Amino acid sequence: MAQLVGLETLMPTGAQDMRAALDEQGCSSSSCGSSSGPDDMPAEIWEKVKDHPCYSEEAHHYFARMHVAVAPACNIQCNYCNRKYDCANESRPGVVSEKLTPAQARRKVISVANEVPQLSVLGIAGPGDACYDWRKTRETFELISADIPDIKLCLSTNGLMLPDHVDEIERMNIDHVTITINMVDPEIGTKIYPWIFYQNRRWTGLDASKILHERQMLGLEMLTARGILTKINSVMIPGVNDEHLMEVNRVVKSKGAFLHNIMPLISDPAHGTHYGLTGQRGPRAMELKALQDKLSDGTKLMRHCRQCRADAVGLLGEDRGQEFTMDLVADEVEYDPTKRETYREVVAEERGQHIAARQKGDVALASVEADQAMLVAVATKGGGRINQHFGHAKEFQVYEVSPAGVTFVGHRKTDQYCEGGWGEDATLDGVIEALEGVRVVLCAKIGDCPRESLSAAGIEATDAFAHDWIEAGISSWYAQEHASQARQIA
Amino acid sequence: MAYKIITSQCTVCGACEFECPNAAITLKNDLYVINPKKCTECEGHFDVAQCAAVCPVPNTCVPA
Repeated sequence: MAQLVGLETLMPTGAQDMRAALDEQGCSSSSCGSSSGPDDMPAEIWEKVKDHPCYSEEAHHYFARMHVAVAPACNIQCNYCNRKYDCANESRPGVVSEKLTPAQARRKVISVANEVPQLSVLGIAGPGDACYDWRKTRETFELISADIPDIKLCLSTNGLMLPDHVDEIERMNIDHVTITINMVDPEIGTKIYPWIFYQNRRWTGLDASKILHERQMLGLEMLTARGILTKINSVMIPGVNDEHLMEVNRVVKSKGAFLHNIMPLISDPAHGTHYGLTGQRGPRAMELKALQDKLSDGTKLMRHCRQCRADAVGLLGEDRGQEFTMDLVADEVEYDPTKRETYREVVAEERGQHIAARQKGDVALASVEADQAMLVAVATKGGGRINQHFGHAKEFQVYEVSPAGVTFVGHRKTDQYCEGGWGEDATLDGVIEALEGVRVVLCAKIGDCPRESLSAAGIEATDAFAHDWIEAGISSWYAQEHASQARQIA
Repeated sequence: MAYKIITSQCTVCGACEFECPNAAITLKNDLYVINPKKCTECEGHFDVAQCAAVCPVPNTCVPA
């Protein structure tokens, strides 16, 4: 299974299928290309990803993940990480407010499962490295699987100690592993990793990056050989590895990675990281999209990553972690599967409707006479619908629409870190800046003031498609837009 | 002949406890401490003190 399956091909729609068929280079015909959605990929793979919000863009509208911070020890230093940092208002990888023992993690996960029916995935993703601090990772997964057998287990690692644990990963049925790979050229690695700890000593410079690179490649190959789905995370660091990520993409794809997720560097002097303190900047949203577009050829990328906290709880766009801190979790907990089971039945039904609406939208789009692709931003609370008030949106989901169909391309966050004290105008300016390149915002409701400010900045905003399915609303807007343009020309 | 942890700088990640060949490092009241009676500075085990080599914060595991 040495092929990368694109998120887009996980999503069942007519136009998507056509594009998937065009993008099949390197695919064996037995594993993709048939008519609809789940059939685009081997059934066993669809079964693995259909409820995983990080591995399936379609699933992330419905399902939630939670991370437990049980493995705080790490064996490498990255220039974008400062291990001392902790802030309850921050949302970015590696940040966490409380570290848990495996037994505490069990109580917390069961409490969440009883309250959050969308929960489908339990991940261990820092701070620290899940494979280095392996005993705690293993104990946590074993405890929780005993109570909630159907929860999907997922871990994230820098890869250095991964090869030592692949057999146990397979035995424990951990079928999703994320490796952070920022380079396949150790020379570039020297600008990202000041040191690693391996075989009882600290390595620096080129030696450190060579060892890390070799171990990452070995780990990836071992996972692929066992059929474990692998996601590669790469941090895009302008001027350091941005162009090199094309090569990283090529190499990880050839070694069987399932998904490639390019994440923007988050860099701020206040975080105390090496990059933050030395003024290394992160990429702008359009720079990130340009790289993703160059890499993707329409497939093979994860674009809906929210770079969540290491103790995040909930749908990808939200974090309910503060509702489940250990002081709020009961001493004795018992798992009650009712809510999760009911929710799954509802989702199965909703998904059917969602797919039907998409297909209808694609048919409408195909008849539009235009060749211009446009970016549309959507305010949503989840469930795949346009259902959030403009003013409540902390992020917008961005789709590209053309007669070929509607494709998810990413999200734009609008909340600034520690925003308190800013005026409303400053916030709206921030929103407008975040919406660079976007033609229209679809939301459940919007006031006249922000609508006029957006309009002055060349961005249309409308609640005409409130509560529609996202893709259906976008298709209708695009069709209307072109109908009105055609009238103007006539 | 022992190391100590500068607790004001420690992130309590536990990597040192994990690596110590003498089980000299334990968590006490949410802080890691090195038992000087057990610490050998890794002599006879490794070329360098493991706690200092793995610690993510510079100058935090230091000779007492």
